[in-house]
Amino acid sequence: MTASPPQSTDELVKGLWRENPIFVQLLGLCPALAVTNSAINGLAMGAATTFVLTGSSLLVSSLRHHIPKPVRITTFIIVIATFVTVADMSLQALAPRVHKELGAFIALIVVNCVILGRQEAFASRNRPRVAVADALGMSLGFSAALLLLGVIREILGSGSLFGVPLFGDRFEPWVIMILPPGGFFTVGLLLGAFAYAKQHRLRVPRTDYGATAPGRAP
Amino acid sequence: MTAPEAGPVRMISTLGIAGLCAGLAVVGIFLATRERIERNRAEALEAAIFRVLDSAARRETLVLRDGRLVPRSEAANGGSGEEALVYAGYDASGRRVGFAIPAQGAGFQDTIALLYGYDPERRRIVGMEVLESRETPGLGDKILKDRAFLANFRDLAVEPRVELVKQEPIRDNQVDAISGATISSAAVVRILNDANARWIERLDEAGASPPSGPPAAAAGSEGAP
Repeated sequence: MTASPPQSTDELVKGLWRENPIFVQLLGLCPALAVTNSAINGLAMGAATTFVLTGSSLLVSSLRHHIPKPVRITTFIIVIATFVTVADMSLQALAPRVHKELGAFIALIVVNCVILGRQEAFASRNRPRVAVADALGMSLGFSAALLLLGVIREILGSGSLFGVPLFGDRFEPWVIMILPPGGFFTVGLLLGAFAYAKQHRLRVPRTDYGATAPGRAP
Repeated sequence: MTAPEAGPVRMISTLGIAGLCAGLAVVGIFLATRERIERNRAEALEAAIFRVLDSAARRETLVLRDGRLVPRSEAANGGSGEEALVYAGYDASGRRVGFAIPAQGAGFQDTIALLYGYDPERRRIVGMEVLESRETPGLGDKILKDRAFLANFRDLAVEPRVELVKQEPIRDNQVDAISGATISSAAVVRILNDANARWIERLDEAGASPPSGPPAAAAGSEGAP
């Protein structure tokens, strides 16, 4: 990314932390709660979303001058739905096990508001390169959040990580962690942690994170 | 970006072109993946057949036609829509070891599809595997993986009917329910009883008159993977 203008790198990085879709924008929480009962599911959902978001952003940004404003949302949805169908069928063909686990949630990426949100707020107003950087950043931030949720919930709820048992027979899994309430608990605690970290950083602006702290010079 | 106000023709053509391209892409990926998806499904079923009938080395697909079981290859013509299929398993010497019976019914959240092995001579279920389910992760989905639960189905009498109990089974037609997944366990037992009611009499009739000719020669029979 060294050759690209600073803007692209900026757009890439913001999705990871400063504007993380899950922990800061609180978008796309439905898949984040529903499929993160194991690390591999979180990762697979993240990968499918990355494919759909990046593909859609590239296409929408490239065609942004040809899409009349009144029909833009419809067009975005057609584009997104097509990428989702491609992801759904490819996953079913190449990784049937993962597809079985994720079930209907792959098809439901169509209505993930992170994706439509990025088309409307960013890809339809920016050059393809910047739009792809933004989409990749948001996707990576989303995937990282889902992976983190999946790792925490799988370790506590199943006593394993990526299907590998961690504790032997001496661990009694907290089954609630892989049930829906566990998703809410984990997201809630992580949101709290994120908010705390942000506030704490505001009070002590001169830390290692100074470069990305709010209010930095342009 | 200040695009000029678009006229209706432009809007319709934009949506038309988008729809056409989307249609082409979706149909393209459907055609490209269909074969692989069907093969995955067939492979999963194939593997399950040999797991629920673990002494089988070869199997044959049978179709129920006019109350009679016939090999699927013979019944291929005139087949209309949904067919009741069952798989007969044979050991290496060509002796029939039992039938693998697909069955489905309502579970806790969605349809549970399963496959079970039935030995008509001993009148027992000899294996069971869940093929598809959406049971609650961590609780209901134990019907897929819980070893103790699955062990109930290795040697289970079907008469008078399969029963669900909540303690150690004392009779050989009893299944120990999974604690925390009683509804899913009950669903499996109900599906088995329904399928038994439908199949067992017919399979016993078929069992009395073994199919003519070695199954190895019959078209439609396949060896273990």
